[in-house]
Amino acid sequence: MFEKIFNGDLPLKGTQVAGSWDSLYNFLVWLSVFFFLLVVGGMVIFAMKYRADRQGAKAKYITGSHLLEAVWIAVPTVLLLIIFAWGYNVYRTMTHAPADAYEVRVIGKQWLWTFLYENGRTTVNDLYVPMNRPVKLIMTSEDVLHSFFVPNFRVKQDVVPGMYTSVWFEPTMPGKHRIFCAEYCGTSHSGMIGQVIALEAAQWKAWSAGKEIGPVPQAGLELTAAEKAHSGAAGAVLTLAERGAKVFAAKGCAACHSIDGSARPGPTLKGVFGHEVEFGDGGRALVDENYLRESIERPQARVVKGFQPIMPTFQGLVSETELSALLAYIKSLK
Amino acid sequence: MTTTHHHAHHFASANDEFEAAKQGMWVFLVTEVLMFGGLFVAYGIFRGLYPDMFHEAHKFLAVNMGATNTLVLILSSITMVLAVTATQRGRRDRAVLFLVLTFLLAGCFLVVKYFEYAHKFHEGLLPGGYFVNQELKDPKAPLFFSLYFVMTGLHMVHVLVGMGLIAWLFRRTARGEFGPQYYTPVELVGFYWHFVDLVWIYLFPLLYLVG
Amino acid sequence: MHDYLTHTRGLRSWLTTLDHKRIGLMYLFTVLAFFLLGGVFALLIRLELFGPGRTIMDAATYNKIFTYHGAIMVFMVIIPAIPAAIGNFILPMMLGAKDVAFPRLNLASYYIFIAGALVASSALFLRGADTGWTFYTPYSIRTNTTATLVLAGAFIMGFSSILTGLNFIISIHKLRAPGLSWSRLPLFLWALYATSIIQVLATPVLAITLLLLVFERLFRIGIFDPAIGGDPVLFQHFFWFYSHPAVYIMILPAMGVISEVIPVFSRKPIFGYKAIAYSSFGIALVAFIVWGHHMFVSGQSELANFVFSLLTMFVAVPTGVKVFSWVATMYRGRIRFNAPMLYAFGFLQLFTIGGLTGVFLATLAINVHVTDTYFVVAHFHYVMVGGAIMALMAGLHYWFPKFWGRMYPEGPARVSFALLLAGFNLTFFPQFILGSQGMPRRYWDYLPEYTMLNRVSTAGSWFLAAGFVYAAVYLWRAMRAGEPAPANPWEANTLEWQTASPPPHDNFATAPVVTDWPYEYRDPLVPASASRSLP
Repeated sequence: MFEKIFNGDLPLKGTQVAGSWDSLYNFLVWLSVFFFLLVVGGMVIFAMKYRADRQGAKAKYITGSHLLEAVWIAVPTVLLLIIFAWGYNVYRTMTHAPADAYEVRVIGKQWLWTFLYENGRTTVNDLYVPMNRPVKLIMTSEDVLHSFFVPNFRVKQDVVPGMYTSVWFEPTMPGKHRIFCAEYCGTSHSGMIGQVIALEAAQWKAWSAGKEIGPVPQAGLELTAAEKAHSGAAGAVLTLAERGAKVFAAKGCAACHSIDGSARPGPTLKGVFGHEVEFGDGGRALVDENYLRESIERPQARVVKGFQPIMPTFQGLVSETELSALLAYIKSLK
Repeated sequence: MTTTHHHAHHFASANDEFEAAKQGMWVFLVTEVLMFGGLFVAYGIFRGLYPDMFHEAHKFLAVNMGATNTLVLILSSITMVLAVTATQRGRRDRAVLFLVLTFLLAGCFLVVKYFEYAHKFHEGLLPGGYFVNQELKDPKAPLFFSLYFVMTGLHMVHVLVGMGLIAWLFRRTARGEFGPQYYTPVELVGFYWHFVDLVWIYLFPLLYLVG
Repeated sequence: MHDYLTHTRGLRSWLTTLDHKRIGLMYLFTVLAFFLLGGVFALLIRLELFGPGRTIMDAATYNKIFTYHGAIMVFMVIIPAIPAAIGNFILPMMLGAKDVAFPRLNLASYYIFIAGALVASSALFLRGADTGWTFYTPYSIRTNTTATLVLAGAFIMGFSSILTGLNFIISIHKLRAPGLSWSRLPLFLWALYATSIIQVLATPVLAITLLLLVFERLFRIGIFDPAIGGDPVLFQHFFWFYSHPAVYIMILPAMGVISEVIPVFSRKPIFGYKAIAYSSFGIALVAFIVWGHHMFVSGQSELANFVFSLLTMFVAVPTGVKVFSWVATMYRGRIRFNAPMLYAFGFLQLFTIGGLTGVFLATLAINVHVTDTYFVVAHFHYVMVGGAIMALMAGLHYWFPKFWGRMYPEGPARVSFALLLAGFNLTFFPQFILGSQGMPRRYWDYLPEYTMLNRVSTAGSWFLAAGFVYAAVYLWRAMRAGEPAPANPWEANTLEWQTASPPPHDNFATAPVVTDWPYEYRDPLVPASASRSLP
């Protein structure tokens, strides 16, 4: 029961390393249960057995025992050394990438992940990788500390401005695996979420060649009906606004902008198009295509009143086609 | 006129009180060493990372002024020792004289420092983001001046505190509050002052004489 | 006959007092006021996390609230709570002294603490601070909140901590009563001694680090700023070089309290006196060489990780020695279930979990997945709240008769203990699971699958709050109108109990002389005065 409570819900094992990690973790859980029962059980039993109001209660004069002390110094020391060695061993596997690993460059910035591939493709927040092949990420940050964390792979590595850090994994489970930012990075820290999309060989080949691939399910799950429908199964043509919605999701816009009027660090986009907004400096403007374009490419130029100038520029990160789709989508948010 | 000093009621004797105060001062100086220690570690790390930059940048410091100040501080340590000895021997006039000399030497140190800083400001050799000097091309050079200003600045604050303490000693000595029976504050400020000098004796070669 | 409370009267007589007992109580009330404030912030955090997305506040506000909660609880509550508040009152009395070595310095460090706390708190009324209590660079350099004030405040409070530590070290060296040799020193004093050494050695490094960060914000010096060639990871090294030992500033005094309470209420000598005393030093020593275990994924070298992980394992050995010795002390005792003992039980339960999960975090591979998640949050709350605050409660009840000359009521004390223990486990145990599932810390918003456990945790926080509020109410009442307390209600041997409750201004009517170690508990009871040469 304890194991179930403690780790019945450990994240999926998305890599081989995740399996080794889980074994070590389970060992520590059981060892902890043992020592917890030893200490707290001993405490409870002594408290009950030797309570002051029992018949003829009388304490015995004992000041210590060198033998016992030697035991409870030696046994934990040995156990701790074993745990250390085991932990270091798994850690080495986690950190030493094979030489033939597929390399992707990663740039973290407030509050999105940008991935640069060998073939020149760039994606935001979605990291496409092949299954059953080691992938090595070479990461840096444009602004503050971030941390690249994929629970399903049990890997985490801080992303530091001014230097490169790296992490590697070999996905053994297809589908989307969540990426969290685990190092506090400011207002939308909790919105800096991406996904590793592990592809089967055929899909990976198609994606590498720059082709559209079908919808990919969450790791460990089947495609939901909504995902199938949303993707316009069997190559159905998407409307421009629907394509814009995909761009909106893929570029991480939702970290700061809601589409339903709820509060986030940036203004909501619900019903914003065609309305007048007031800026921090008192100026006003009608939200039209040109203002939205400016806000995406040069976000600090005119900031809506009541909001901080915290949005990064997306110049060069969205193509003209994507931008047109995005504007159509924002226009559709009534 | 010498007033006798009564030890505080929670100490068994005046000697206990003196010993406690002395130990306390030593512990305090240990904390000071650790505080400056942090800066020395930072210095060591950046010098290890950018040895050429340190070599290039140190040429922009005025070695003669630094050396003068080293000499001034060593002299002030000597006058401080003489002030302590004079107090212990009950020679109040000599004690006052040497305290004044120590104070003046510390002032002299500050005057030299003022000219040095003014020159650096003029040349745009300023810390980090404010660095505007054109001659020193190394892009990391601002770091050297950050360290220079923080380390010498913190040291200068200590000199100022020391001057305040010496002025206070001077007042109390003139009033005849210290003598062979009671000279704890004089001796402890002496410790502090030697520590301040010692820090400079490390700062000078590290900043001005980068090999 | 005047005691220290009635020795002189009026607010002024308190604010300018040099009496260590009054200074201790002023610390205590200040710390409790900040505990209330930090606790309110904690409740707001839990309330916001009741569900995903926005519950009661936006992300920017949330980030400020958790920063305030952390900074207040660490710098203004847990660090000063046991050493500066209880320690100030009890340490000279346990030594058999009339005061600490430097009474004026003691009052000065109280006011330095107040000054620092006010400077830091003033940020609340300006643009706040959203750096987290760890102030990691470069975010803490760039944020346009008033983080500078919080940094300056923590810098100033550091000096208070240094001066208190210095005062305690010299007091223990110089003011021990005749016959109170080192081998007869009560374990609470051993713990405070080890704590003071850490305060004196580690805090100056924090001071310089915070100062550099203030300069970083004011003058862009660039030491920690990669944009000018500085190194943001260097900040973490500096910060944890202090802040890891600081963790032991928080827990060692707590262990000291427990080492006093358990033998007294078991009517038995402490088991393994020497081992417990030395283990405090073992912990203090190792404290200085394990800071890197906070940085296993920060980008430091694999060699550093190897060394820090290995060294960290050795923290568990002296810690284990203490825990096993406490349990062994109870063996064949005559155990009384007064509130201090109940809190000691609570301490043992919670601290055991906190300690064991510490081994998880010290293990390199495990650390990679669970660091910076709720697992860490749960772990340090088990140690710092479960350990330090439970021990604070134990100490407050244990020495309550000595502070006020009045008894606290046992019945209500049991109720609040039950609420606190249940509330604590309910609040923080689910966070271990959340962390192992991968929920990162400092998250304003979370994925729907984490909702259930977050709700349980939030509900737990209400029990915890109820327990503290209830304790505040009955302790306040008992302080004003509780049953009068005898000089030594627990029949304890340490010197603070060998004088009136509350003690006279000078602590002892006649200077005490010590003839035995403090844990000479024989059953049936040998009256304390028989084993001590007291008038």
